[in-house]
Amino acid sequence: MLNFIWLFLLAAGILAAAFNGNIEVVTESALSAARGAVEICLELVGVMAMWLGIMKIAEKGGIVQGVGRLMRPVLVRLFPSIPPDHPAMGAIILNLSANVLGLGSAATPFGMKAMRELQDLNNDSPVASQAMCTFLALNTSCITLIPATVIGVRLALNSAQPAVIVGPCIIATAIAMLCAVTLDCAFRRFSRHYRR
Amino acid sequence: MLYTVLSVISEWTIPLLLLLIPLYGQFKKIPVYETFVEGAEEGFLTAVKVIPFLVGMMVAVSVFRSSGAMEWLSFLLTPLAAGIGAPVEVLPMAIMRPLSGSAVLGMASELMKTYGPDSFTGLLASVMQGTTDTTFFVITVYFGSAGIKKFRYAVFTGLTADITGFLASVYICRHFF
Repeated sequence: MLNFIWLFLLAAGILAAAFNGNIEVVTESALSAARGAVEICLELVGVMAMWLGIMKIAEKGGIVQGVGRLMRPVLVRLFPSIPPDHPAMGAIILNLSANVLGLGSAATPFGMKAMRELQDLNNDSPVASQAMCTFLALNTSCITLIPATVIGVRLALNSAQPAVIVGPCIIATAIAMLCAVTLDCAFRRFSRHYRR
Repeated sequence: MLYTVLSVISEWTIPLLLLLIPLYGQFKKIPVYETFVEGAEEGFLTAVKVIPFLVGMMVAVSVFRSSGAMEWLSFLLTPLAAGIGAPVEVLPMAIMRPLSGSAVLGMASELMKTYGPDSFTGLLASVMQGTTDTTFFVITVYFGSAGIKKFRYAVFTGLTADITGFLASVYICRHFF
């Protein structure tokens, strides 16, 4: 599916540019996006290093595992394939909590860490495991209690009620998350018939 | 009021984590600095591994957006927007929502600037910005860092959640505001 979407984005873009008579836009935006991607990763290097450094201390001190134990009842249901004491559980919780609190800079490192732990359980296969799909479903639809960036923009534009959107955001996200988790459960149940 | 409490929490969380975790480590007699560096090295390698995945995704998204293809797609979807009662001008934002976080933030700000932050369009744009995450960024970065090539049904689940989030935003905004 991703192969198709990727090809569609590229092909549709190039055709549209040719049709609109501004084909030079393609080269320019492709190259600047490629540079931009590396810049994002370079920024990520520092932030990743910092958070995973802190997390290593938490791991050795037993905090990560402790956090995992706290949320065990919920997580065991969502991730039946992960052993309850595995460090992946702790990383997943840290990632989701960072998302909920709107700490974007911490969420990504914890998420990547969780993925690597899940990949250990997956025997380094190039095919995503069920636990990984569940984790992504939770992650892409995760609730943020304070959408701080939007509120900031609204404030800057002199909104009368900058924070009025918080309630609707939470409800809409909760619906999206419910949908993602339900779908994921359905896929997990039927994935024996799902090949590729 | 709630907002003040929540923003204080989000301001204090990171400093407190940076203080309490190393303190606790010291209390547990862990060599905190060495352990930090050990973990940081792992973070460094992970971030570098993501580069090819992110380049691939960002190039495609950027070509799609800057070429005018996105306007075509949103033109095609206009009848759908009318059907669910969403203003047409939020369609490009709905299309970009799963693809690019920074593009969507820019679009939301533009919409709020043009129509006013407290107009229906402005409110809907804000809610859409605050709902769901950038699915493709999360998938590329997370799967990329683990070396996963076959994503199975994760893309489908994520996109369906995005569409649900969009529909829910429209519905809730129409009833809430």
